[in-house]
Amino acid sequence: MKGSKILLECLKKEGVEIIFGYPGGVVLPLFDEIYSEKQIKLVLVRHEQGAAHMADGYARSTGKVGVCLATSGPGATNLVTGIATAYMDSVPIIALTGQVLTSHIGNDAFQEADITGITRPIVKHNYLVRKTKDIPQIIKNSFYIASTGRPGPVVIDLPKDVLIGDVDFQYPDAPNLRGYKPNYEGNKLQIKKAVELIEKAQRPVIYIGGGVIISGASAEVIALAEKINAPVTTTLMGIGSIPWNHPLYIGMLGMHGTKYANYSVQESDLLIAIGARFDDRVTGDVKTFAPHADIIHIDIDSASIGKIIKVDVPIVGDAKRIVKEIVDLVKKKEHKEWLEKVNKWKQDFPLTYNNEGEVIKPQYVIEKIHELTKGEAIITTEVGQNQMWAAQFYKVSKPRTFITSGGLGTMGYGFPAAIGAQAGNPGKIVFDIAGDGSIQMNIQELATAVKYNFPVKVAILNNGYLGMVRQWQELFFGKRYSHTYIEDSVDFVKLAEAYGAKGLRATKKEEVVKVLDEALSYNGPVLIDFRISKEENVWPMVPAGASLNNMLEGELA
Amino acid sequence: MSDKRKIIGVIVENQPGVLARIAGLFSSRNFNIESLAVGETEDPTTSRMTIVARGDEIVLEQIEKQLNKLIDVIKVIDMTDEDYVERELALIKINTEGKDKTEIMHYINIFKGKVMDTSHDTIMVEITGNDERINSFLNIMKDFGIKEMVRTGPVALIREKKKRD
Ligand SMILES: Cc1ncc(C[n+]2csc(CCOP(=O)(O)OP(=O)(O)O)c2C)c(N)n1
Ligand SMILES: [Mg+2]
Repeated sequence: MKGSKILLECLKKEGVEIIFGYPGGVVLPLFDEIYSEKQIKLVLVRHEQGAAHMADGYARSTGKVGVCLATSGPGATNLVTGIATAYMDSVPIIALTGQVLTSHIGNDAFQEADITGITRPIVKHNYLVRKTKDIPQIIKNSFYIASTGRPGPVVIDLPKDVLIGDVDFQYPDAPNLRGYKPNYEGNKLQIKKAVELIEKAQRPVIYIGGGVIISGASAEVIALAEKINAPVTTTLMGIGSIPWNHPLYIGMLGMHGTKYANYSVQESDLLIAIGARFDDRVTGDVKTFAPHADIIHIDIDSASIGKIIKVDVPIVGDAKRIVKEIVDLVKKKEHKEWLEKVNKWKQDFPLTYNNEGEVIKPQYVIEKIHELTKGEAIITTEVGQNQMWAAQFYKVSKPRTFITSGGLGTMGYGFPAAIGAQAGNPGKIVFDIAGDGSIQMNIQELATAVKYNFPVKVAILNNGYLGMVRQWQELFFGKRYSHTYIEDSVDFVKLAEAYGAKGLRATKKEEVVKVLDEALSYNGPVLIDFRISKEENVWPMVPAGASLNNMLEGELA
Repeated sequence: MSDKRKIIGVIVENQPGVLARIAGLFSSRNFNIESLAVGETEDPTTSRMTIVARGDEIVLEQIEKQLNKLIDVIKVIDMTDEDYVERELALIKINTEGKDKTEIMHYINIFKGKVMDTSHDTIMVEITGNDERINSFLNIMKDFGIKEMVRTGPVALIREKKKRD
């Protein structure tokens, strides 16, 4: 069997239904094989970065492994931002890249790029396949590596002669990776110590990150919170692991977290960190972070533990199993006084915004998207203020329905990720909450959305600025708006129409609902240009590197 | 926190690119590597590296954990607090012009060095030993003048536990 065919057979064995890809010289043999392939669908993108983000959005929304494909050289390097994005947020994707003939490698051949070298620091693992007969074992290993332990991207570089080569095909039953054994079971002694600390604590806070979603540990975490009556705060990546309206939920913490989440963390005497990694956007100044708290840290990645902050009880393993064990062992707690205090903060310092006047407020648009989709939509975001407003004001009920580039903060992520999520969830409404800057970074994928009729909706919160950068300039650079004003002449409605999508615009608050209704009733991709208040800021804000107690606030509250 | 020296054995898949992964890890994570020696082991499908690194406790712990995360790393052995044998080889070309050669030979003998080459104004010596031993030899030779020098970086193995009957 030909290498190309073997590759497709292996992908089918791994349950792959869809590949986001783009052709080129050295992958011609593979595209030729795909031409007659029935089971696997290839979605032709318009830029390889789009393919990587689509695979990522597919993976995050479904929990399956996403697959993207590009040719050698520029095709492969165009994937790099998408691979780094997936790496930072622990997303299982497989990136297949073409490579020049093995005999040409190292010669600066046409369209040669050392993609395994380039991606080495941003992948969980990568392979340069040297022989056709190695394809099956490498595919088996790659899916196993990508999807187990702390998930992450795997790049498989396929020289043209490897795709053409002809050998017998047999798919292995198991990976052969003696150096890779993810550890799921938590250490019993550590679990016991954690239980003791929890039972001793007076002011516990549960702090959860994306690991809880990856592990599928929501139910266990909620059970723990309810049993010990501890407030729960999430990171940006953890949003959705506890429903927004759960009485113990105190919202996101960190730079743009709620005041009550940050106050709670700072006052806590025990922090139970689950699947989170103490990112600097979360901790602010590490020295003054949670100064009174003992720390229990549960994570599948031992290297995440003790990297930023000294912990009292480290537990390496799968969040779901470990938290369940803790729930079974720990005694019930009330923490009445503590919860009263937290709830008082919640009442006194709610997330809010000034919604007076005609002008459209971004927060209002986000609230309406939630209302009109009855909270059933999958939300993706771009990066910047739009992302933070979405995190603050979109009411997320379920895991895997709030999809955003957290670690890398990649502008241009949200739209292709929305297409990927739509591909994996055909019946669902998928909304990208976008900025006018970010959306232009992968706008070409409108053609993809139209071609395959992925009916994603894009709400551009158009402030005419690279808003988040402008906000920093306003606050920390004396309002010197150096190169952040982008109100160029882009007419997003016409742009949508040029691609064959629907374009809509709202300039007044009263038009918001009407336009959203229209978008939702249209069966196809829609770009909505919401002309929002131009210099709206994201509040509260902890300046970079400051203590979490030090929250700036606007004039609004 | 004060810096500590750590000596680690790393057993890796004997595959192309592995050295780049390890070296890349040290540079991208901003770890300080003092030396790295690599070669085959009793099993031809694996190689063994001996890495000497310096850093505070947190950094040294991270180095070990990050190494363990690499798929091609089969085993990481922290030997720092074990009973181990450490050996390094150094080749040193010493300036002998206008110096007392018998004095130089005297030191070479004390350190059980081997003379590998001589010319009318240089001697090339091979010295093996642990870090400390090689450093003290070099210190003495500095006074005579070192023309050129190369060190392999240490390799190390943990001693077998002695059986008592
Ligand atoms: C690819 C990339 N380039 C640059 C940045 C830096 N950056 C962060 S937010 C931002 C502005 C985003 O503007 P826009 O999409 O309009 O969103 P807004 O903040 O206005 O909502 C920029 C430039 C980034 N995060 N990603
Ligand atoms: Mg903007």
